[in-house]
Amino acid sequence: MTSASMSPASPSGREPAQDVALAVRDLNFHYGTHHALHGISLDFPARCVTAMIGPSGCGKSTLLRVFNKIYALYPGQRATGEVMFDGRNILDDSINLDMLRSRIGMVFQKPTPFPMSIYDNIAFGVRLHEKLNRTEMDERVQDVLTRVALWNEVRDRLNAPATGLSGGQQQRLCIARSIATRPEVLLLDEPTSALDPISTARIEELLDELKEEFTIAIVTHNMQQAARCADRVAFFYLGRLVEVDTADRIFTNPREKQTQDYITGRFG
Amino acid sequence: MPHERSHIVSSFEQELEQLRAMMVKIGRIVEEQVGLALRAISDHDESAAEEATRLDPEVDELEREVESLVIRLLALRSPMGADLREIVAALKITGDLERIGDYAASIARKAIKAASGDGQISLSGLRSMGRLVKENLGRTVDAVIAHDANQAMEVWHADRGVDEHYVTVFRELVTYMIEDARNIRACTELLFIAKNLERIGDHATNVAERVYYAVTGENLPTTRPRGGSPTRSLGSDEDVG
Repeated sequence: MTSASMSPASPSGREPAQDVALAVRDLNFHYGTHHALHGISLDFPARCVTAMIGPSGCGKSTLLRVFNKIYALYPGQRATGEVMFDGRNILDDSINLDMLRSRIGMVFQKPTPFPMSIYDNIAFGVRLHEKLNRTEMDERVQDVLTRVALWNEVRDRLNAPATGLSGGQQQRLCIARSIATRPEVLLLDEPTSALDPISTARIEELLDELKEEFTIAIVTHNMQQAARCADRVAFFYLGRLVEVDTADRIFTNPREKQTQDYITGRFG
Repeated sequence: MPHERSHIVSSFEQELEQLRAMMVKIGRIVEEQVGLALRAISDHDESAAEEATRLDPEVDELEREVESLVIRLLALRSPMGADLREIVAALKITGDLERIGDYAASIARKAIKAASGDGQISLSGLRSMGRLVKENLGRTVDAVIAHDANQAMEVWHADRGVDEHYVTVFRELVTYMIEDARNIRACTELLFIAKNLERIGDHATNVAERVYYAVTGENLPTTRPRGGSPTRSLGSDEDVG
């Protein structure tokens, strides 16, 4: 097939041209003496959902933690290699962590609302990075709450404590909080493992909408969830990237035997 | 495709084994039906013809059982990868095998009707076509049971010979009809039989394609090398019978 027959957007002639939001190159990570990630190289295409799967301890959450440098809080944890984001290696010491974390947001396994009102949960992070007047802030809060499909449920109690929300609502609030600072990348570490199926479905639906605008990296133990949500799936085992491919390929016909054994439940 | 390791959930593994056993059973019954149909042609064996027809409901029942097991496996086990391919392939293979069984029963009935002719018509072409169809079907069913992609590919190619036989038999029978109008009734039945044998060959290649996909995850080419069609020189070749 010649490139002339393809759309102009795909000069490679293979798939639509895709910019890469995060490019990981030969990344190694140590927890003290424990070598947790071995020479990982992996691209996260922009405005795609990339899921990371693998058994516990395979390094998938560690990789997520590298992207917003949470590890920098802990002495003895170190990353070497490259994680290119917007033209810079985020592993460099010169990277401004506040700025990095406003551009790469993170949502954790358990909802982590701040002990403040629903409104302030969202406004708090925004105030750190932007000077908005009251009206602008109100608009921002309404906008992100609407996008996570929480607005109708909380519009009458924005000043109530966030901790009074249900688990699923809290998690959607956390996602709203993450996107309120208008990040480019959203990291989700098992965001639905503590939620019921309906709340889970809402979050999955939300991911589908959010990927129009954000690059999403999700760690999940739920393979059906990865199959439902992800465009691309990366399988990790013992700190190594075994295989990365489209979700379709990984779940119907993976190339590697280890992946096959894992997804079919034959992992010893 | 049979995994070197068994599934962590042993009841899932047992259900897969149950599905495989059902495939063996339905495959072997359909093979037997085709064998009986061929005996009905060669030996005008009425009891063989009856037996071929009698097995039909058994195949239908097995098809329903496979279908409900497959639906249960999909709903409750959410199979992935090779398991998913195997389970979906089983469903489709069963459909093809059931059709083959139908054709065999139909051949058996027509064979008895055609046999009332006066023995002027040589059946040797049809017999050897039948032998090849039965052999290919047997190897196809073996490939299903052994999850053998190479054998599946071989039988997929071998159907070309069935198509070639069909063209020859078709011309032979038309020649008999041209020679003597009294042959027309028997020859018409025999033409339907030849067509049904050819269709059995096609369904067997479908089965081979599904086995190949289930085992390798890759599809065989969409077009198969074909052994020609009688329509190029003779009349219409619409799906009859």
